[in-house]
Amino acid sequence: MIKKTVQNVKEALTGIENGMTLMLGGFGLCGIPENSISELARKNTKEITCISNNAGVDDFGLGLLLQKKQIKKMISSYVGENDEFERQMLSGELDVELTPQGTLAEKCRAAQAGFPAFFTPAGYGTEVAEGKETREFNGKMYVLEEAYKADFAIVKAWKGDTAGNLIFKGTARNFNPCMCGAAKITIAEVEELVPAGELDPNQVHVPGIFVQRIFQGTDYEKRIEQRTVRQRN
Amino acid sequence: MLDKTGIAKRIAKELKDGYFVNLGIGIPTLVANYIPTGIEVEFQSENGVLGMGPFPFEGEEDADIINAGKQTITTLKGASFFDSATSFAMIRGQHVDLTILGAMEVSENGDIANWKIPGKMVKGMGGAMDLVASAENIIVAMMHTNKRGESKLLKNCSLPLTGVGCVKKIVTNLAVLEVTNKGFKLLERAPGVSVEDIQKATEGTLIIEGNIPEMTLD
Repeated sequence: MIKKTVQNVKEALTGIENGMTLMLGGFGLCGIPENSISELARKNTKEITCISNNAGVDDFGLGLLLQKKQIKKMISSYVGENDEFERQMLSGELDVELTPQGTLAEKCRAAQAGFPAFFTPAGYGTEVAEGKETREFNGKMYVLEEAYKADFAIVKAWKGDTAGNLIFKGTARNFNPCMCGAAKITIAEVEELVPAGELDPNQVHVPGIFVQRIFQGTDYEKRIEQRTVRQRN
Repeated sequence: MLDKTGIAKRIAKELKDGYFVNLGIGIPTLVANYIPTGIEVEFQSENGVLGMGPFPFEGEEDADIINAGKQTITTLKGASFFDSATSFAMIRGQHVDLTILGAMEVSENGDIANWKIPGKMVKGMGGAMDLVASAENIIVAMMHTNKRGESKLLKNCSLPLTGVGCVKKIVTNLAVLEVTNKGFKLLERAPGVSVEDIQKATEGTLIIEGNIPEMTLD
């Protein structure tokens, strides 16, 4: 079997250098690669271009990297809930490329699947389509969007095995599967790493071929952004 | 005149048995509370869940199960989870039957603006551009006028657009309107609201044909 298991997050992030483009899974704070983000903050990698649906909150998720001014450019669909982000964006320190959420997901999937570009109706007639090729198909207008090019994809899964196969839980799945194999190297951190053979192949969400490095993370905080509950009876 | 709950109740009457529905944040979220009896609908949230249920009981929140508003939720029998690309395949591929969302402005040809105000912090469009560009059936839930009392139903949107020619129906605190190729066609009045009130609050072309009935909510 091809060796994919790395001992810890430090080894997993080997080769990530200043100025690289990183894809990071997660929606809000749900399903984010917490261990890898902490390690990026610790090793103080600079000038990062981040492709991630959101930018975290002030003191968690990608907000940790924003605090230390490690991010040069953010490619996201929604970046609210983060004061430091707002400050850096308005002051011009941070470059921001806002992309419709479905387009962002598909730009990852296209990279994973080997498509250089695709047509989508999202954003036609809006500033998102400015400077892009448009074309009519069956009476409807579409915008040509290109696949992302990234150096590393960093994802978080619930369970994984030493062959790199991944299983996700709930809505923590989100962008993570789309990013696997969408960069030159994919790093997966998982809550539980098991020997190959222990996951039922029928239940695997992402086949191991899309994952180059895998490790079991520690101390997951799994912070809830909006705790909403109902009263019993 | 309707309040936000009233708008949600009126929109809930547009739900049909078997519909898959995507609800935006704000008034649209309230629609889930008023599903007419005798019909079954399933709610999709674009972060990757179909078959969304109510908020969890206190102590049963799961950080891994949230909606697109990042709120903790539960799932109902028959629910499924999926990745973001699959989620937007449901939306872009028109498998979701109805999208209900809020707006800052709607123009008489169905353009919608709801994501950006120049000069203010832009938070992003999230999934709104994908939803409005793809959905066959879009209902906008909003107040008829903004906080300054200016009409939100315009000849042309003044704010940056989210999508063009996509809104089909609008439910406001004053009226139910259909977007036609000649303008906003007035379908119903909110309780206690006159046609003149609606006319005054509508900057875009308002089409009034015959007697406009007062809406019923129950």
